[in-house]
Order: sequence, then structure tokens, then C-alpha cells
Amino acid sequence: MSDKTIDRVASATPARVARKVKGLSDRAIAWIFVGPTIFLLLAINIFPLIWTINLSFTNFKANRVNRAVEYIGLRNYERILTDGDIWLSMQATAHFLFWTLFFQVLLGFTLAWLINKKFRGNDMWTTIIVLPMMLSPAVVGNFWTFLYQPQIGLFNYVVSFFTGVDPSSFDMLGSVDLAPWSIVIVDTWMWTPFVMLICLAGLRSIPDYIYEAAEIDRASKLRQFFTITIPMVLPFLMLAVLFRGIENFKMFDLVVQLTGGGPGSVTEMASINLKREAFEKWRTGYSSAFAIILFVTVFGLASIYVKALNKVKER
Amino acid sequence: MSYSVTEPSSRQKWIAGALVILYALITMAPLVWIMMTSFKTPPDSISYPPKVFYQPSLEGYVNLFTTRTRVSPERLAELPPPTNFAEEIVRNRDMVIAGPSKFGGRFLNSVIIGFGSTFLSIFLGTLAAYAFSRFKIPLADDLLFFILSTRMMPPIAVAIPIFLMYRKLGLTDTHLGMILLYTAVNISLAVWLLKGFIDEIPREYEEAALIDGYTRFQAFYKVVLPQAATGIASTAIFCLIFAWNEYAFAVLLTSGTAQTAPPFIPTIIGVGGLDWPAIAAGATLFLLPVMIFTVMLRKHLLRGITFGAVRK
Repeated sequence: MSDKTIDRVASATPARVARKVKGLSDRAIAWIFVGPTIFLLLAINIFPLIWTINLSFTNFKANRVNRAVEYIGLRNYERILTDGDIWLSMQATAHFLFWTLFFQVLLGFTLAWLINKKFRGNDMWTTIIVLPMMLSPAVVGNFWTFLYQPQIGLFNYVVSFFTGVDPSSFDMLGSVDLAPWSIVIVDTWMWTPFVMLICLAGLRSIPDYIYEAAEIDRASKLRQFFTITIPMVLPFLMLAVLFRGIENFKMFDLVVQLTGGGPGSVTEMASINLKREAFEKWRTGYSSAFAIILFVTVFGLASIYVKALNKVKER
Repeated sequence: MSYSVTEPSSRQKWIAGALVILYALITMAPLVWIMMTSFKTPPDSISYPPKVFYQPSLEGYVNLFTTRTRVSPERLAELPPPTNFAEEIVRNRDMVIAGPSKFGGRFLNSVIIGFGSTFLSIFLGTLAAYAFSRFKIPLADDLLFFILSTRMMPPIAVAIPIFLMYRKLGLTDTHLGMILLYTAVNISLAVWLLKGFIDEIPREYEEAALIDGYTRFQAFYKVVLPQAATGIASTAIFCLIFAWNEYAFAVLLTSGTAQTAPPFIPTIIGVGGLDWPAIAAGATLFLLPVMIFTVMLRKHLLRGITFGAVRK
């Protein structure tokens, strides 16, 4: 090859290739790196969301694909908001949400406060307490139905051991009065550790010198607890409540396995009702509208809550 | 000896320790009971009062992995003697092993889908997180928040259009379909967590590498990736645990080929009702890896949970 050819090749190298040799521009790299993620989210999160909104204005039924689809405007939304079953499922969700949050905050904070006393071996016991929240809710929920068996279940046996009530006289999952509490108990068992961990992070973020200053000012321990500990942990606690609230609003797997929404429909929470409408009655349009209403509800409540949270943080 | 006002007295420590240990023992009871039940015989598992001491048996595990058929005593007597312990246990119940059960396949599906989606989430998530952390991307904050807010949708609500879409694309009940779906669900959290970890790595390291003649890409995988390794590992664990435990999508979108273990385990049925030792055996095999993982990697996991939550 003559020198001439080399020159020609060199000068003919397109700018694009030349840059490749030196490395791509930052801008190009940014798009190459973000692109696939955005694409995946568009395909599996955003596009389905838009499709759901579209479906919510129709009378489409997924098990009858060949039937002509009609746009029926807001009629699905009207029907949902006047449907008694939907309101009952919202009530069941509210009961579950309120009591699980109540017990989890109470137990979670207490445990975090105790663990923060830094007794020997607290790391190991913290890990053991955390175990339930790492496990599959469906598998664990399924096993709890065994613990709740009236005669042979461990739960009933332990209750009868301590209270003297006959273990076959009450059925946690089968009784209308007890079933809502049976799911609260399992969810509390499972998720108290989450609230505990967040509270623990909050407690550990309080610098020692604040307590030392309070000690110099001769503030009592009780006063220190209410004027330092509680206010400083509150933003963390509120965050934990936010996450648990969103998760429990969506609650499906655990309750499906435990009660399946029964007995009757006393534990039929929003998600379970939605599943029944969408995948058993196949009212796709109607359930899409319900899905959108649920999403807007969670999103709205969460936004209001986050505003409140930010106010607490600023104080 | 130094005195500190913030150090609890030893009596306080004792009381605190005792209460926490009491709670931990109560919390462990159902999990221990699952494992104990898996080593019981079916009659032992449903005896009253619940049996704490019993003759351990592998019947639950044998039943979990096999399907069995009942044979008449005369027919049983004609058979050659059992060749292994499983056959022997089954023969004692007047049955013979008919073949393997579906559990092995379902467990394998969980492994394939779990690791597949975790790998994909971490691969895509790390790239995206690096870009969000280091480059100016238009509307980056809004984009991140929007990505995260899609997790507020109940899974069933997302499942309606996904179900229709997968039916059209032929992705229903396929490994690929489930891997893509779990990746899409996980990636929002993965990007969010990983961005936090990468934000903590000083930019100066990369800038020094760039000056030394590295390209941006080389700087990314030779400087940033090793620094972010711990963060990547703990994010991967969260993705894996989510995919491993997920039930709602699995129960709606899979039925056979790609069905994972969580929808399968509750459906294990024995002769005349649910076979609790077999269910417990399945649950034990399915839950134990996560428990061991949690104990081994507790430092990263616990930090990851609080870090992920508090940063939001």
C-alpha cells in the first residue's frame, strides 16, 4: 500500500467513526444508557396505563373478543361510584389499612426504641425479627391458614392455652367477626419489622449532643423522650406509614391466600374485588375504570400525605 | 471510666433485651412450625393437641416431589421390595410412586425468572442510574418520580392491559414474558436505589480517569462499577426477593410452562384434603434460601431497606 492510499483512507474516515475511536460523546452515552430502561417502562408501564384509561370508557369484555366494542363515556365510572359492593370493599380496605398501620407503628416504634438501647446481641435479634418481611406473602399466608385451623391449628391452641377458651370454639378465618382481624394479625406479624427498621434509622440519626444538652438543662428523661426523641423520629415514622399505606392499599396476595375475600365478602378488599371483576366476571371495561379510580385515590392520598410530611420535616 | 448520659444503664439493657428476644421468639414461632410440620407424617400434622415432639419423617418431602397412586394390598404384596426410602414410605400408605410431581419444574421456573429478571433489572438499572447521576437529562427529576409512581398501581390494575397485550404477543405463560414484566416492575426501584449509591461515588475519580485517557465508557466500567459493587449487590438482592416472592402477576399470567412456585405451593393436594406436610415441605424449600440469604447479608439488606425508603 502506498502512502497515498493511507492518506485517502484517513481523510475518508467519517466523523462518526472517528468519534467512536475516541469514545462516544457524553450525550450519546446518556441516551444509550437510559434508552432501554425508558423503552421498557414505556412498553410495560406507560402504554398499558394509557390502554387501561382507554378501556375504562368502553364496555369491552376480554373473554368475548369478537363482540363490537362500544364507547360508553363515563358510564363505568358512574356505576362504580354508585355500586354498594365497591363501597363495602373500600370499607374493608380502610379497616385493614387503619388497624395494620396502628399496630405496626406501635410495635415497630417500641421495638426500635428497645433495640436502640444497644443490649448485647441486638444485631442478631434484629435480623431474626426482620425475617418475615423477606418471605413470600402468598406462601406464608397459605401456611397461616393451617395455623388458624379451629381444632389443630397452633394459633388456636396457643390462644386457648393462655385464655382457657376451647380451641375449636372459634374460627379465625371462617367467622364474620374474626376474619378481618385474622388478616390484620398476619400483616402485622409480617410488616412490623419494616416500620421498626425505618424507626431505628431515625433513632440512630439523633446526635448524642442533643440529649447531653438536655441533660445539662435538667430535662427529665420523660421530657427528653417527648421533646427530642418523638419529634426527631416522626418524619421517619411518617415515611414508614406512607410505604406501608400504599402497599396495604394494594394488598392482594396475603389476603387471597388467607381468606380469599370471605367469609361472604367481609375481607374482600379493593384489589380482590378488582380481580373478581376483571378476571372472573371479565368486565374488562368496568374493572379498568375501577383500576383508574384506585390509582387516582392512592396517588391523591399519597400526594397530600407527602405535603404534610414535608411540613413536618421543615419544622 | 467515662460516663455518658446517652448510654442506657445495664438494667435498662437487660429489660430491653428480654422484651426484644420475647418478640423475636414469637415472630419465629410460625416459621419454626412450618419447618417442623414439613418433617411430620400427615396424621401427626393434624393431631390435637399440636405435636411438638414426634418421630421425624420425610413423607412430606417425598409427597412433594412425587405423584402416587393407590393400589390394592394384594397387588402391593406382588411388587418387588422397595428399592429406596421414598418407595418404602409410600408403600406404607398402600400406594406406589407414579411419577415426579410438578414441584421441581415450578421451583426451577422461580429460579429462572428470578435470576433472569434480576440480571436484566440490574444491567439496565445500573446504566440508567449512572446516566441519571452523571449527565444532564431533560426532565430527569420528573421522569424519576413518574417511574417510581407507577409502583402505586395495584398489580391487578396493571395486569388487565398486560394480560391483553401478552395474549396478542404470545407472551402469556412464557419465561420471557414474566422476566420482562418483573424487570419492568423492579427497574424503578433499582434505578432509584442505584442512583443513590452512584451519587455517593466522587466524580473526581472518573474525571481523573478521563484525563488519563480513558473513554467515558472505560471510566464507567473500570472506575465506577467496582466502587458501586456493594450497592449493586444489595439492589440485586431486593430485585431477586421481589421476583421470588411475587404472586399476583404469576397467578394471573402463568398456568403451566412458566408458573412459579408461589401460586403452585398452595394447590398441593393430598388424599382427602390438603397435604399439609407436603405444603410445609414446599414452603420450607422455597422460604429457606431467602432466610439464609437474609441472615448472611443482613448488613447490606438492612441498610438497603432504610436507605431506599428514607431517600424517597
